Amino acid sequence: MMIGFYAMIGKRNLVKKLVGMNIFQTAIILYFISTGAKRGATIPIVDHGQGGAMHAVNAAYYVNPLPHVLMLTAIVVMVSTFGVALALIIMVYRRYKTLEEDEILELRK
Amino acid sequence: MELVPSIRPLLAISVSALAALLILLAGERRRNLRELWTILASVAKFSIVASMIPILLEGKIIECTIIRLSPGIALQFRVDALGIFFATLASALWIGTSIYSIGYMRVLNEHAQTRYFFCFALALNGALGVAFAGNLLTLFIFYEILTIATFPLVAHRETPEAIRGGRKYLAYLLTGAALVFFSIGLTYHLTGSLDFVGGGFLRGHGSDNILRLLFATFILGFGTKAALIPIHEWLPTAMVAPTPVSALLHAVAVVKAGVFCVLRVVLYVFGPQLLSDLSLWLILAYFASFTVIVSGMLALAQDNLKRRLAFSTINNLAIIIMGAALLSPSAITGGIFHIAGHGFMKITLFFVAGAIYVKTHKENVSELDGIGRAMPVTMGSFAIGAMGIAGTPPFVGFISKWYLCLGSLEAREIVFLFVLLTSALLDIAYFFPIVYNSFFSRPKEQGNSGFDEASMLMVAPLTVCAIISIILGVAPNAFFHFFGVATLAAKNILGIS
Amino acid sequence: MTTSPFSILIIVVPFISAFLVPIIGWWRKGLCYPLVIGALSLSVLSCTVTLKMVMGGGTVHYYLGNWGPPWGIEYVIDHLNAFVAIIVSVVSLIIAIGSRRSVERELPQKIVYFYCLFLLHVTGLLGIVVTGDMFNLYVFLEIASLAGYALIAIGEDGAPIASFNYMIYGTIGACFYLLSVGYLYIVTGSLNMGDLSRILPDLYHSKVVLMAFAFFIVGVGLKMALFPLHVWLPDAYTYAPSAVSALVAPLTTKVGAYVMIRIIFTVFKPHFSLELIPATAILSWVAIVAILFGCIMALGQTDLKRMLAYVLIAEVGYIALGVGLANRAGLTGAILHILNDSLMMACLFLVVGAIMYKVGLRNFHQFRGLHRKMPITMAAFTVAALSVIGIPPTCGFFSKWYLVLGAIAANRWFFAAILLISSLLNAILFFRVIENVYFEPAVYAHNGGDHGEISRDEAPLSMLIPILAVTIGILSLGILSGKIISNIIQFAVPAGL
Repeated sequence: MMIGFYAMIGKRNLVKKLVGMNIFQTAIILYFISTGAKRGATIPIVDHGQGGAMHAVNAAYYVNPLPHVLMLTAIVVMVSTFGVALALIIMVYRRYKTLEEDEILELRK
Repeated sequence: MELVPSIRPLLAISVSALAALLILLAGERRRNLRELWTILASVAKFSIVASMIPILLEGKIIECTIIRLSPGIALQFRVDALGIFFATLASALWIGTSIYSIGYMRVLNEHAQTRYFFCFALALNGALGVAFAGNLLTLFIFYEILTIATFPLVAHRETPEAIRGGRKYLAYLLTGAALVFFSIGLTYHLTGSLDFVGGGFLRGHGSDNILRLLFATFILGFGTKAALIPIHEWLPTAMVAPTPVSALLHAVAVVKAGVFCVLRVVLYVFGPQLLSDLSLWLILAYFASFTVIVSGMLALAQDNLKRRLAFSTINNLAIIIMGAALLSPSAITGGIFHIAGHGFMKITLFFVAGAIYVKTHKENVSELDGIGRAMPVTMGSFAIGAMGIAGTPPFVGFISKWYLCLGSLEAREIVFLFVLLTSALLDIAYFFPIVYNSFFSRPKEQGNSGFDEASMLMVAPLTVCAIISIILGVAPNAFFHFFGVATLAAKNILGIS
Repeated sequence: MTTSPFSILIIVVPFISAFLVPIIGWWRKGLCYPLVIGALSLSVLSCTVTLKMVMGGGTVHYYLGNWGPPWGIEYVIDHLNAFVAIIVSVVSLIIAIGSRRSVERELPQKIVYFYCLFLLHVTGLLGIVVTGDMFNLYVFLEIASLAGYALIAIGEDGAPIASFNYMIYGTIGACFYLLSVGYLYIVTGSLNMGDLSRILPDLYHSKVVLMAFAFFIVGVGLKMALFPLHVWLPDAYTYAPSAVSALVAPLTTKVGAYVMIRIIFTVFKPHFSLELIPATAILSWVAIVAILFGCIMALGQTDLKRMLAYVLIAEVGYIALGVGLANRAGLTGAILHILNDSLMMACLFLVVGAIMYKVGLRNFHQFRGLHRKMPITMAAFTVAALSVIGIPPTCGFFSKWYLVLGAIAANRWFFAAILLISSLLNAILFFRVIENVYFEPAVYAHNGGDHGEISRDEAPLSMLIPILAVTIGILSLGILSGKIISNIIQFAVPAGL
């Protein structure tokens, strides 16, 4: 997470910033998922036998599904952010022909 | 004190707001319609205000609540004696000034006249709102409206000098307003109420030191508009405005609103009892006397006629504040009455200065030699105004000075008697040469022989004001019941029935 | 639990319309605008109905999909929510109407996509306001932010890089927020705001909760542009197209401020921020620096839009100060300022858009004589400027009043002084522009009547009516603020403050 954070702030190249952003967000997603992990637990899918009688489910045997679900949403957000960012980078490149932040700021003046 | 609910205060204030809108709509293309709105509005305003005087004289108070603004504070108008006094003066003088303005603007063919009349109407709106305000917050709202509405008037000429003058005006007044804002906030925090009570309502709330600090911030804040030295500098600089602006706003409405607010704070928020407990009245009286003497001396040094008049105004305003600070019945009555007396006299003087400028484009005292021969009516009125300000009987200035002297004797502080006498001497010193030279000296350039007065639209108002100064000097209750109202106000404040 | 659909319609209508816009636009371009207006009007209607329900019956709960909390997502609309929701929907409707012409002129090829993103952004903002679930808030936060990044990037030359910068900062903010939600989820197992407020008090001493709070404040501070996390704002708002600045400036930062209020006062009880950790004290000092920084940096700008961006940073400082003071008056002032600032900024940015549309200038030193060309627009600018400065009776005065009262009540006189000094700085800022607009070189003085040459060429009606609507709002909502507070805001402030 901190690597990504440093890259976002400290690097001058736009693509490197973007890579940092990706690392940052992925790290957070992994962190969330890790909170749901349990020792010796299995994936959170309930098995129905034929005939479909519902038997009691002991939640302790399953990994917490909620963070997984939340992180699906977060992954979608991450991907869309990434898409927008790349589109912006293309616009910037077309205009300034460079992706170094200091050069761009010079050109903008 | 019986409370009479009535919509008249709101009507009186709204008349000029409505007029301002109509003036804007009439615009430059329909100038005569535009001037008609101004005249109609001023007459209507005065009539509504005058209709309230009889009710006030019976000892009742008119109240009009608009809307609740905050717990314990409402947008409320409460017309009491002091309020009606200021309102009558402002609305009466607006009639005269409107006529004079029309003359001045048309003769000089000034630019941006619509903006001028629009702002004027709004300024009167603010002035009457200040007069009728029943609590500090309502007062502050209209006080700020007054400041903003008069800014375009001060910078009207749009020369670099005028714009600088406007900036200085705004800088001083907004800083003062910030101090007032803080003071009002602190007052609310201490007492939970902001309503004016004759005799003050701050007593018993807050420690002595906090109250002293509060008094200081209030006086410094409102004192900016009342042109106390050392926060007076904006007033002489604002003389760059056209003369009718200087006349009404700076000799009557704006600075008088400042003095009015100081009186409200001294007499209706703090009150005589609290002030003598804290021994603040003596400090304020000395502070005001300092202004009286210094401004008198500074007036002597001015060559520009309007600047000299400006310092004379500062002088007289400080006299009013000194009167109120002395806390004795005669002093308070004299001080309040001087608001009106000085108003009529000073406006005459400013009207004369404007007439001279329009006719001859002369602005300095040193250029005025012999002008009395060409403009005898104008300079005669000037002489009347000048003598009145110095306190000569039978002019109205004498009555207020008399009561102020009585008041300083009642307060057992002889020093202020000497201050008043000194200021009278200084008045003579800086006015007498003007009068003498204009009538008895030879004009520097030849020509100007024969009768050559300014336009009737300007000469008529100034003569009328001069004549009223004489009439009020002889019969102080004539027309407007000024003296009766002033006495009533003093009684309300001191709790004497 | 109510089954009224209006609470969900607030978001659903703009959301679905956002998807319909590209479809309809592909078929017929001209229909996009009416669709947008229709969607936003329905949203305003829903917000109004919801506000009435809340005022009548207390908090409204709406369970999505009929799943009760804490399993399902819940929309909780109480007084604070409903208030901010109606502000967001009304202002976005006004901006949509007012920006039509400037969108057609500045972004002719991208109208369809513009409106689609516009609606998405508004959906995001409304969703943030209405939801009662922490993760749901993150989702809407990102929807709003992404739409915002894209909208800003459509602008002129420097826009893509400014937007990229904004995106970096914005993503950091959102991710910090997500991290905090994660921390809270670990220790409590719940994502529902109401649930969290019940469970958390036992856990206040846990380091995880403290970390979560810290990340919350930083994350929301980034979104809200609280100094020193404001770095992205000036560039982003300056280079964006006029329509986008007009939408984003009044709303996005205020919604961020709303989130901060929710976190500090609802999710974490006031007890946490006031007594356990000195969060509110730190916040108030940061806010003071923000106010001063915004005002001082604005002084150095010649581009009007950039100056307004810095003024916006100062305004956010005011709201943060109100939150930091954490007493009844301070928080009332902060919430009232959310309303007032949205109106003021909407008016100012719409005016800038009108000027860009008509004249193409942004450097206000070139605005000479603009009041002859666009008198109504400039009058609206003046009113909004007076509101930012805090002159009564505009609405800006009343939020300042409560903030000053709050500062005095908290015994922080220094804060009250800074508030008033910032008013004076704002006065300098705006009067510079007003002077340029209204006062032309003295060359034209004394020429009488019109200055000629510059003829009236006012902004088109579709821009003028929204500007006028907001201006009337600024003037009237000030006087009505007492009613607003007693009916709505009073209940939004947590009891016991």
